Amino acid sequence: MRKASPGSLRRAFQPWDDTNAKPIIEFRGVTKRFGAVTAVCDVSLSLYPREFFALLGPSGCGKTTLMRMLAGFETPDEGQILLDGVDITAVPPHLRPVNMMFQSYALFPHLSVADNIAYGLKREGLPRAEIARRVEEMLALVKLDGLGRRKPDQLSGGQRQRVALARALAKRPKLLLLDEPMAALDRKLREATQFELMDLQSKLGTTFMVVTHDQDEAMTMSDRMAVMDQGRLVQIGPPDVIYEAPANRYVAEFVGDINILEGRVASIEGDLVKVETGITGTVELDEERPTLAIGAPVLIGLRPEKIELSHDEPAGDLNKVAGEIWDIGYLGDVTMVQVMVGGDQGQLLKVALTNRTRRAARPFAWEDQVWLSWDVEAGLVLPP
Amino acid sequence: MKRLGPGLILALVVGFAFLYLPILALVAYSFNASRLVTVWGGFSTHWYGSLLSNQPLLDAAWLSVRLAFVSATLAAGLGTLAALALVRHGRFQGRLLFSGMVLAPLVMPEVITGLSLLLLFVAADVERGFWTVTIAHATFGLGFACIVVQARLAGFDRSLEEAARDLGATPLVTFWTVTLPLIWPAVAAAWMLAFTLSLDDLVIASFTTGPGATTLPMRLYSAIRLGVSPEINAACTLMIGAVALAVISASLLLKRRQVAGS
Ligand SMILES: Nc1ncnc2c1ncn2[C@@H]1O[C@H](COP(=O)(O)OP(=O)(O)OP(=O)(O)O)[C@@H](O)[C@H]1O
Ligand SMILES: [Mg+2]
Repeated sequence: MRKASPGSLRRAFQPWDDTNAKPIIEFRGVTKRFGAVTAVCDVSLSLYPREFFALLGPSGCGKTTLMRMLAGFETPDEGQILLDGVDITAVPPHLRPVNMMFQSYALFPHLSVADNIAYGLKREGLPRAEIARRVEEMLALVKLDGLGRRKPDQLSGGQRQRVALARALAKRPKLLLLDEPMAALDRKLREATQFELMDLQSKLGTTFMVVTHDQDEAMTMSDRMAVMDQGRLVQIGPPDVIYEAPANRYVAEFVGDINILEGRVASIEGDLVKVETGITGTVELDEERPTLAIGAPVLIGLRPEKIELSHDEPAGDLNKVAGEIWDIGYLGDVTMVQVMVGGDQGQLLKVALTNRTRRAARPFAWEDQVWLSWDVEAGLVLPP
Repeated sequence: MKRLGPGLILALVVGFAFLYLPILALVAYSFNASRLVTVWGGFSTHWYGSLLSNQPLLDAAWLSVRLAFVSATLAAGLGTLAALALVRHGRFQGRLLFSGMVLAPLVMPEVITGLSLLLLFVAADVERGFWTVTIAHATFGLGFACIVVQARLAGFDRSLEEAARDLGATPLVTFWTVTLPLIWPAVAAAWMLAFTLSLDDLVIASFTTGPGATTLPMRLYSAIRLGVSPEINAACTLMIGAVALAVISASLLLKRRQVAGS
């Protein structure tokens, strides 16, 4: 029998589409203001048991505030937060079955690693032997066996991060909040830790909510993610939906690179929409949007990796436009080419080329006259 | 490093000499065999011995130590609480007034503090003695304690307390298990400071004490009016030693906190 890969299990996991599924956490119209600043504005959101949820957004958009309200450090000005269907808005932090891993780790400097992990268990009044057993278990889980007697200042950044994680997990919370858990790690360690976190989460079955402003991190780890802008949730969905079908220009530009073309709807024939843009001529898109009206202004989003680049005019009825290469940025795995289309006063479009061969064989150079082409399925229509 | 010119060095030496030579002389003459204060008659620890049989002086010293102990404990405790209120509770109503009132005794002339407390005790018809002096000393010690602890709390990472709360600790448990262990060097330093301040206070104690509660500085002061004796020099030397010890340990504690905090 073939063993199911964790990924295939993941794909089957979609409680948010199941009307019978009971959310573990529910925000209902939650608003939080600090004086004149509205940090979180009318947020409604459900998290489901075992879900890995990522909160993505630029600095200052209210991610930490949203999380602190879940942990109980801030009280919403409006709305309710429900845990397992019970309103917890008035429950103090120490009585909530929710644990948080802090952005700064917040390890107690006067306690050893083992005592840090045991801190929450001691508050529960567990017997000593049980505490010792759980601490050992947690240390093994985060691969820090034998370091229990050290003080936090005798650990490396990555080790501290694990202690913070172990401490938050030791109480076996229903929901674990992680505020930028990997901000202090270098890229290699960060990637390794991402997979460890995912592995741990599927092992323990705890619901995770991760705050990050690193989109790769959010996309790699989460079952679903939410994109925030100035206190509002702009879009909630699985990473591929967010990337391939962003709700608006803000999400499209925040998650990944995208070219935006302005235009007007010229014709609609079934699910083939033709859009007239001043710069690239008529663009055809395969898009079913009953709400579109002829003559309405729209934006077309075009991901750089979905555009083909060639020296000769491509055959067939693809969308295509001629241009001149203005800039080439070598990034290792891909090369980002900026092409000016529509003359010198036109628009720069980004095209991503996968570097399948070594650099010496690079086929394009600065000031080359080239053709861009893309499939009718490549572009997407965004509201203006 | 910039080198000092000869003029500056001279000024420095004269200044320090003015400050410390009398103290050195006092210490030296406490080991003088001669009864005459100004004539050196050879080395002797005779006066330390006779100090031990001067019962009134010993009583006063014991009273001063007990008094300093109790008032320093009160001052450190209340000062810590006042500092917590000032640092932690943001801009509560009356914050400025509160901080002003806590710190006012630091700048108030001692005569005024002493006199006003005396008037208060008389008006309230309290019997003056050990406890009235203790209260008076705790009152001004608390201002110093508050400043020391406040400085420590200002650099305190609040997310540590939030982490404790998050892990299930009530506010009180959080204070005992996280806040206090991390600020205790400052609290201990505040205690030492209040202790030394109480130990050598003469003015406020004179105003607020009653019959039967004569502190060491008061006893020494009244003895001096009958002429300086080497015995007093010996007592003062012991006091200098005690105060120096307390101040040095306080500054070591504060330094330790800086190392731990960085
Ligand atoms: N205690 C507070 N008092 C006043 N304003 C606050 C407070 N906490 C947060 N804010 C404001 O609320 C807004 C949201 O802050 P928040 O910390 O939630 O942002 P964030 O999304 O976590 O940002 P970052 O990615 O930089 O951590 C910001 O404008 C911030 O200045
Ligand atoms: Mg934040």
